[in-house]
Amino acid sequence: MRYAMAIDTKKCVGCADCVVACQTENNVPHGYSRDWIVENVAGTYPNLNMIFRSERCNQCNNAPCVRCCPTGASHIVEGGIVLVTHDDCIGCSACIEACPYDARYIHPDGYVDKCTFCIQRVDKGQNPACVDVCPTYSLHFGDLDDPNSAVSKALKGRSWYVLAPEAGTEPQLYYLT
Amino acid sequence: MKTRRQFIKITTVGAGAAALGLYSLKVSGLNLFESKKEEEPASDEEMTATPTYCEVCFWKCAGWTYVDKKGKIRKIIGNKEDPHSKGRLCPRGTGGIGMYYDNDRLKTPLIREMRKDGSQYFRKAGWSEALDKVAGKMKEVAGRYGPEAFGLFNHGTPGGHLEHLMRAYGSETNAEPAYAQCRGPRSAAYYATFGAFIGSPECTDIRDTRCMVLIGSHIGENMHNTQVQEMSAAIDHKATIITVDPRFSTAASKSTFWLPIKPATDIALILAWIHVLIYENIYNKEFVHKYTFGFDELKAHVKNMTPEWAYGITTIEPDLIRKTAREMAGFAPAVVIHPGRHVVWYGDDTQRERSLAILTALLGAWGKRGSLYLPEAVHLPRFPQPEYPKPKWGWKDLNERKFSLATMGITTEIMKASIPRYNYKHQIKAWLTGGTNLPLSMPDKKLFKEAAEAVEFIAVMDTMPMEVTGYADVVLPEATYLERYDFIRAAQNRIPNVALRMPAIKPRFDSKPAWWITKQIGERLGLHAYFNYDDYSEVIDWQLKQIGTSLEEMKTIGVKSFPRQSGPLYIGNGEDYEFNTNTGKVELYSTDFADAGFDPLPIYTPHPEPPQNFYRLIYGRAPMHTFSRTQNNHFLWDLMKENSVWVNPKVSSLWGLKDGQKVWLKNQDGITTSFPVKVRITERVRWDTVYMVHGFGHSDKKLTRAYGRGASDEEMITRVAEDPIMGGTGMRGNFITFIQENPEVKRKEDKA
Repeated sequence: MRYAMAIDTKKCVGCADCVVACQTENNVPHGYSRDWIVENVAGTYPNLNMIFRSERCNQCNNAPCVRCCPTGASHIVEGGIVLVTHDDCIGCSACIEACPYDARYIHPDGYVDKCTFCIQRVDKGQNPACVDVCPTYSLHFGDLDDPNSAVSKALKGRSWYVLAPEAGTEPQLYYLT
Repeated sequence: MKTRRQFIKITTVGAGAAALGLYSLKVSGLNLFESKKEEEPASDEEMTATPTYCEVCFWKCAGWTYVDKKGKIRKIIGNKEDPHSKGRLCPRGTGGIGMYYDNDRLKTPLIREMRKDGSQYFRKAGWSEALDKVAGKMKEVAGRYGPEAFGLFNHGTPGGHLEHLMRAYGSETNAEPAYAQCRGPRSAAYYATFGAFIGSPECTDIRDTRCMVLIGSHIGENMHNTQVQEMSAAIDHKATIITVDPRFSTAASKSTFWLPIKPATDIALILAWIHVLIYENIYNKEFVHKYTFGFDELKAHVKNMTPEWAYGITTIEPDLIRKTAREMAGFAPAVVIHPGRHVVWYGDDTQRERSLAILTALLGAWGKRGSLYLPEAVHLPRFPQPEYPKPKWGWKDLNERKFSLATMGITTEIMKASIPRYNYKHQIKAWLTGGTNLPLSMPDKKLFKEAAEAVEFIAVMDTMPMEVTGYADVVLPEATYLERYDFIRAAQNRIPNVALRMPAIKPRFDSKPAWWITKQIGERLGLHAYFNYDDYSEVIDWQLKQIGTSLEEMKTIGVKSFPRQSGPLYIGNGEDYEFNTNTGKVELYSTDFADAGFDPLPIYTPHPEPPQNFYRLIYGRAPMHTFSRTQNNHFLWDLMKENSVWVNPKVSSLWGLKDGQKVWLKNQDGITTSFPVKVRITERVRWDTVYMVHGFGHSDKKLTRAYGRGASDEEMITRVAEDPIMGGTGMRGNFITFIQENPEVKRKEDKA
C-alpha cells in the first residue's frame, strides 16, 4: 500500500479552501497551516501562463525529516504516511531544516506539526479533508498500488511532475499538467 | 513562522490559567496530564451535525455545522444533496466558523449619545430600550410624514426580515446595492430581450456546455460555488473557454482563448461577434427564425461593425474575433454566454448586457442543453398574515421621470431622496439598514455621507461593527447565520429544492436573530398579525408542511428536492414557445427600449480615457473574501490580510515602484486613499490599468484584524457613470495615480 495524492494544476483556482478545511479538520492553531497555495506566472503580457499548486508535506518515500530526527518522533507508518509523535518531539527543528518542501512548522505547543494526509479520516476509509472540500475537484487521493483508486485513475494518461526531484526524496504528491 | 518565544508571549497574555498550566508542562516535557485531547481532530461521529445554509455570500450553499461535545463549532461541511454546493463549500463557507468566533462582533445594542462638549459616543443598551427607540421613531415618522418616508437598505436573508417588517409597517421605499451596484443592468437587459431574468444562482448550464464565454466574469476568483465546480467539469470535458478581460484572471489562465481587451470597449467586441455570426451566415437560423423579433433591423445595425472596426477600439485582432465567433457558432446551441453578475462598469451596462443577450439569441443558446437552462424554484406559501398595507408611494415614485425600466429599488436614488437639496418628489426621513455595509459597497462616498447626515434617524442591524454602524443612532447586534433560524432557502435551480437553516449553537454575547428583532419591533408597532408566532421555527414548520415535508424531516436531511412542475429543463426541438415580451418573441430589437426612448439596438459609445500619469482602476474579487464582509474573519484574514494594487512592470519601472512597496492612491478628483496599499508588480494586468481586490481598507478600528489593511477601491470611485435605463452606477471610469510619500506627513510638513 502506498498513499499518494495527485493535484490537477489545470483545474485548481488557488482558492485555498484546502487550507481552511485542513485547519478546521485538524484544529490547526490560528496563524498556522499545513497546506498552502503557490501561484506561478510565466511570460509577459499578453503571452502568459499561470498555474496554482496546492502544496503540503510530500509524504516522501525517502524522507530526510525522518532520517534526521534525533528522537524518532518523525516516522513512517503503513501506507507511507510520515507522522510526528508529538510527545516524542523535542522541537529541535532539525526536520524543518531538512525538509526541501518547507512543509513543517513548530506548533505553539512546542512540537513539530505537518500534514498527516488526515490519517484519522484515511483510517476510516475517508479522503483527507482537503480532497473532499476542493470545489474544483483538483485533488485525488488513494493507494497507488490499487489501480482503481482515485489517485491511480487521475494519474492514468496524464503527464505529471513532482517537486524538487533532485532532492532524491521520492515525493508522493504528483502535480498533473 | 512563529517561534517558541512567541508562544510564551501569547500564553502569558491569555486568560485560561488551567489550560496554560498544561501547555507549559507540555513544553517542558512533563506530560503529567492528558492535555492534547482538545486539539485532536474530533471524529464526526462524536459531534452533532445541524443543517444550515451559508450566509458568507449570496450563493447560500447548504451544509452541516459540526459541534463537538464541549459545545464548540469545529467545522462546516457541505451538504451532498445540495445542488448549490454538491457537498463542497468554498473557503469562505468552510471558514464561516470565524464569523461566530470573532471577538470583535457587535455584542449588545448600542445607542448614540452626545456629551456636553458635543462629541458623540455609543452607549451600551438593553434590548428593550433599543427596540423601543427604533419602534418609537418608526411611529413618529409614520405620524409626521407617513411610513413611506422610512427607507430600507437591505441585503441577504437578514435584509429579508427587515423588508417584511417594513412592508407590514407600510413602506416599500427600499433598495439593495445588489441591484444598482451589481446585477441590475443584467436584469433589465435580459428581461427586455427574453422576458425573463437570469436569477440567482444563475441558470448557466456550464456543466454540459461545449463553449463558455466570459466577459469580465472571473469565475474562480469569485467563488460562485456551483459555477466554479461546473467550470472544472467543463475543463474536464475539454470545453472551449473564451475569456475577455484586461487582466489575466484565473479564468483567463484556464481558457482556450484569452482576449486581453482594452477596458471599456467590450460592446464593440460583442457587436463585432454579432456581425461575424450574421454576415458569415453562421448564426442559429432555426432559433432566430422561430423565436426572435427584429433580425433584419439587427443585421442592418451591425453591417459596418466589422472585426476590423472593433480592432481599432478593442485592440483585439480581427482574426481572433472571427476565430472565436466561429468557435461559438460551431458549438451552438451548447454555448454559455455568461451574463456576468457585477456588471455596473461604464454606465452603458444595460446596453452591453443587451448585446450579450442578443449574442445568446443568435446562437440559440437559451433553454438548450449546455447553454442557459430553464430554472425552477419551489413556491413556498406565505405564513398566514393579513395583506401588507398599500403604501402611497415607494422606491418607484421617488423621481418619476427617471429609470422607468428599473425592476428594483435604486440605492443612490434613495440617498438623493434623503437629501432635501435634490428636491425629489418624495422625501425620505429615516433609514433602517441590514446586511449591507453601505460606505464600502457604494460609490460616491460624498453622497452617502450627505444623505446619512440629512436623515433624522438611522438604525443598523449587523453582526459586525462595520463602517455603516458608525452612522447609526441605534445598533442592533444580529446573531450570525450559525445561531439562528431563518427563511427557508427556495432558490431557483435545475431541480426545485429547499434548504433549512437552523441554529447550531446559542447566540454569542447579547446578539439576536433578525426574525426576533423584527418581531419585537413589529409587536411594538401593533403589527402582531404579521408576526403571529413565538419562534420562527413555527413559520418554517408550517411552510414546510404545505409543500409536503416538515421541520422534523428537514432537520435530518437539510436539503430536499422536488419534481419539476414547469416542464422540462430545456426547450424541445421545434417546440412552440412564447417568451414573456411585448412580441412574444426574443427581442433582438427591444420594443420596450424603443418605447422608453432608449436605443432599441445596442451601440458602442467611447468612454473617457485615463489622463497622463493616471491608470484606469478596475476591481474584483479574491476567492477567500466576500465584498467588505469577511476581512475580519480570522480564517479568511489568515489567507489574505490585505489587498494590493496590481501594476504592470512597464508602469512600475516608469515610476520606480518596488514590489511590496506601500503607496497611496489618488484619483482624478484629487481624493487620496485613507490607507496605503502594497504594490504588486505583475504581468497579469495591462499597462493602462491597475487592479485591486474590492472590500479592503476598513476604517473602523473596532475591526481589530481588518482595520487599516489595504486600501478601499470604493474610496477611489468618486465618479459614477449612471445607467440611464435602470439607474446602475458604473464604477470603472475612475483613474488613479501613485503617491509614494505619506500624504499625511507631507500635509503636516507643508503646514509647518
